[in-house]
Amino acid sequence: MVRLALQTSDWIRVDPWESEQAQWTETVKVLRHHHSELLRYLPQEEGRGQGRAVSPAPAAVPELKLLCGADILKTFQTPNLWKDEHIQEIVEKFGLVCVGRAGHDLKGYISDSPILQRCQHNILLVREPVQNDISSTYIRRALGHGQSVKYLLPDTVIAYIKDHNLYSTGSSCKGNSAQNSEGEAS
Amino acid sequence: MENPQKTEVVLLACGSFNPVTNMHLRLFELARDHMNATGKYRVIKGIISPVGDAYKKKGLISAHHRVIMAQLATQTSSWVEVDTWESLQKEWVETAKVLRHHQEKLEARGCEQQDSPVLERPGRKRKWAEQRSELNQKKTLEPQRKDVPEVKLLCGADLLESFGVPNLWKREDIANIVGDYGLVCVTRAGNDAQRFIYESDVLWRHQANIHLVNEWITNDISSTKIRRALRRSQSIRYLVPDLVQEYIEKHNLYSAESEERNVGVILAPLQRNTAATNSRTTTA
Repeated sequence: MVRLALQTSDWIRVDPWESEQAQWTETVKVLRHHHSELLRYLPQEEGRGQGRAVSPAPAAVPELKLLCGADILKTFQTPNLWKDEHIQEIVEKFGLVCVGRAGHDLKGYISDSPILQRCQHNILLVREPVQNDISSTYIRRALGHGQSVKYLLPDTVIAYIKDHNLYSTGSSCKGNSAQNSEGEAS
Repeated sequence: MENPQKTEVVLLACGSFNPVTNMHLRLFELARDHMNATGKYRVIKGIISPVGDAYKKKGLISAHHRVIMAQLATQTSSWVEVDTWESLQKEWVETAKVLRHHQEKLEARGCEQQDSPVLERPGRKRKWAEQRSELNQKKTLEPQRKDVPEVKLLCGADLLESFGVPNLWKREDIANIVGDYGLVCVTRAGNDAQRFIYESDVLWRHQANIHLVNEWITNDISSTKIRRALRRSQSIRYLVPDLVQEYIEKHNLYSAESEERNVGVILAPLQRNTAATNSRTTTA
């Protein structure tokens, strides 16, 4: 579905590495993976002389930053969800680009966390000039009710969901069998 | 065969559509789902009717482009289309007149279909004549056939509340719109809309004809914000259909200059209604 959604984008692409791992992969490991991929596929500026190691100037390496919504920043506070050293590495070594969302106080989350406060310079807060509260939860609920989600998702994704009968009421969902498909899980 | 009890509805949206956005398109989807779910209505068509240039709103670019963008935006819709009648009028047309125009069009088409059944073979001419006299008798007996779809004005809460702006609407037009046609109003702030209806005698009287549709997710995609983003070279991707975004880019439609159009010019309805008020007081 993501691939379909990005068909018309000339700069955003989908990467399946994380989804293909057998075990759940901590976010910091995903960042490390993509960072090393970036380094591997840098354009070679120096001559490719035999035996000569090519070390690009630091400026040539793009910085990899975690893009997320305000709700993710809030989850840093949830006990046992993130390892502290991971949060530190994510924010210190990589950096965060965090897009605001209604009902979330980004500045508050930062001031509430010593780690985040320390690395504030590496956290870019993006104010959403046009508020648009489309969430996947809402989409799934609307689909479960048989309501239209046109213009909230790309048409290609809607067609795919219909063709594969995803997200209809009573469709199976992974996880706690006690949860029904219209449960609280976001 | 459809349930004969259901009233067929056509949703008509009037406005600048300067430019059309995903929010406008969402209004149609939300309204249709809501009306169909009542069990009393079946929405058969949606119409986008961009306002003519004579409206003289600040920043309003030519109807030509606005119509094309609306057409591009509805290309993938199976039921929403664009109508150019209003945009082609030389003078600004009151919304009530646009509603009447479309209702009359539907009634004319309804009569056409009843009056001229297809002639299959020459030999069937006599049977056709018999059918026709039957239908004519039926017509005089039932002046308010449920067969003709009802046109209703689709809007957001801002239009509902604009009823309160002095001289923007004629009082008789408001009564006409909610009394004879009906309003389908999509809003996030249902309570505010209900209070507005409660505080207005004419809206209160016709509240059965005002359908409030809940928009649970905030969708602030206004045309004003789109134009502002464009002036600031910010991306409008995913806020308008891709085809609309490409069209705007290709023709460089919105700029600081285009936003200055009609500056200092009085909005057509204000001009017309203020002049009418003035002429009434001077002749009194």
